[in-house]
Amino acid sequence: MDRYDVRLSGSGGQGLILAGKILAEAAAIYDGRNAVQTQSYGPEARGGASKAEVVIKDGEIDYPKAMDLDLLLSLTQESCTKYSGDLKEDGIMIVDSEIVKYPPEGSFKLYAAPITSIAANKIGKIVVTNIVALGILSKIAGVVTEESMRKAILARVPKGTEEINMKAFDEGWKTGEELLAE
Amino acid sequence: MSNDRPGKVRMMQGNQACAEGAIAAGCRFFAGYPITPSSEIAENLSVMLPRLGGKFIQMEDEMAAMGAIIGAALTGQKSMTATSGPGFSLKQENIGYAGMAEVPCVIVNVMRGGPSTGMPTLPAQMDVQQARWGAHGDRGVIALTAKSAQETYEQTIRAFNLAEKFMTPVILLIDEITGHTTEKVIIPDASDIEIVHRKKPDEDPENYLPYRLTDECVPILAPFGTGYRYNVTGLCHNETGFPTNDSHDIQCLIERLTRKIEMYEDDIIRNNELMLEDAEIGVFAYGSVARTAQAVVRMCREEGIKVGLLEPKVLWPFPAKAVFAMAQKVRAIVVPELNLGQMAREVSLASECRVPVHKLGRVDGRPIPPQQLVEKIREVV
Repeated sequence: MDRYDVRLSGSGGQGLILAGKILAEAAAIYDGRNAVQTQSYGPEARGGASKAEVVIKDGEIDYPKAMDLDLLLSLTQESCTKYSGDLKEDGIMIVDSEIVKYPPEGSFKLYAAPITSIAANKIGKIVVTNIVALGILSKIAGVVTEESMRKAILARVPKGTEEINMKAFDEGWKTGEELLAE
Repeated sequence: MSNDRPGKVRMMQGNQACAEGAIAAGCRFFAGYPITPSSEIAENLSVMLPRLGGKFIQMEDEMAAMGAIIGAALTGQKSMTATSGPGFSLKQENIGYAGMAEVPCVIVNVMRGGPSTGMPTLPAQMDVQQARWGAHGDRGVIALTAKSAQETYEQTIRAFNLAEKFMTPVILLIDEITGHTTEKVIIPDASDIEIVHRKKPDEDPENYLPYRLTDECVPILAPFGTGYRYNVTGLCHNETGFPTNDSHDIQCLIERLTRKIEMYEDDIIRNNELMLEDAEIGVFAYGSVARTAQAVVRMCREEGIKVGLLEPKVLWPFPAKAVFAMAQKVRAIVVPELNLGQMAREVSLASECRVPVHKLGRVDGRPIPPQQLVEKIREVV
């Protein structure tokens, strides 16, 4: 497989860097391919546009930052506007439908779901928004196996939160299936 | 899992790989003051060191942290500090002291943009000349670099080995991209890692001279607390370690501080070469920018432009011979770096005007993407 470039974007504090690490570990450790994860954030601890990038490839990865995006996830309008320029024409854009009201126009495939609301209402914890997003993303992208995603999440989340995080992933995966069926 | 080398495979960021490398090298003392983008090195070691009976101290500032590791190193401990640009500036006086007193220790600088507090979270390579000339006075300097988490692990170990072998502070320069990139690291078995320990004196304490002149040019400093008493000073000193104004002693000392690195240059310097044999354009790139350059060599060759890469693993002593050899083969040299030409200047000097040297300096806190370097090379061609 050639490079598969993913950018996870939103606001500082939404757990996107952790989500990027989980995605990279699922690909590199559990699926046995290569992956690098990089990040970019502002000097502030919360807020501001934040992004994590993951490059997945079978061979050696030279340039570690994402270049032409195969997939962009945006959880805020600001990050969507700022970081969507590199998306490939046939790329995939996944946005939070209740927050990103004005996704840019283009020939890419757009999938919109109320990601933050699913975490807050169906799971009952807004903090698992990143894991819901990972469920949707991994179902739609299909570059990492479901089993590896689950293992990578369980290896990274704090002890005692495994169940709620698995529930969040399941809900995201289900949402991804629905989006693909539409 | 695909894995063609033995050892454990783990995902970790460059900064964590640095902490793991330090532990593997035998580091048991860290003093530092947190600063982005280096803080994860301290964070990891604050957990790892106490478990191994080592010491972690968060000091009141960067100067004190440098002082603390010099003190610890003099007791025989392998010691390290980690910082970024502003902290590296503050440490310079004590780095010079460690150079003068010949105290082995490791200083990691995860480079961010400057001057001053500059760009805390964004990458740069603006401290490469400061690593060489940041402290006042004349002496040889060893500074290493790394472009990946794996190399950061290996180069941290090498930094300790070189410090112990040549009794000198060794600087490891990585940048924010390398420090914060999470990727696979293969941790070898401990028995496969080469570890160097400083020499111990074989004479008894009565006849011991800490800075005895030898053909090797490297002193043998007994760890404090082992029965040897001697003086350590930043003043020019003679073989006893006590200050001197004797012109012969001073000339010998200062010349030796430079010579003890220069005479071992061929052992210290290491380069990677990629497709240089038939190259018409040579790229000189280090740290994270070397990864851009690797991609560019491949992209340009697909276009039919013969590009090769010289990638130094050691910035100081500067790999002048390798640059000169490249300058004799290629038509032009391009030096992409995250500053305005700090190493391009050295490349120009070392190539002795054989070929034009083109700078590509980016200082807006963004990495140089492959496309930007490809365009520069097309322009040069």
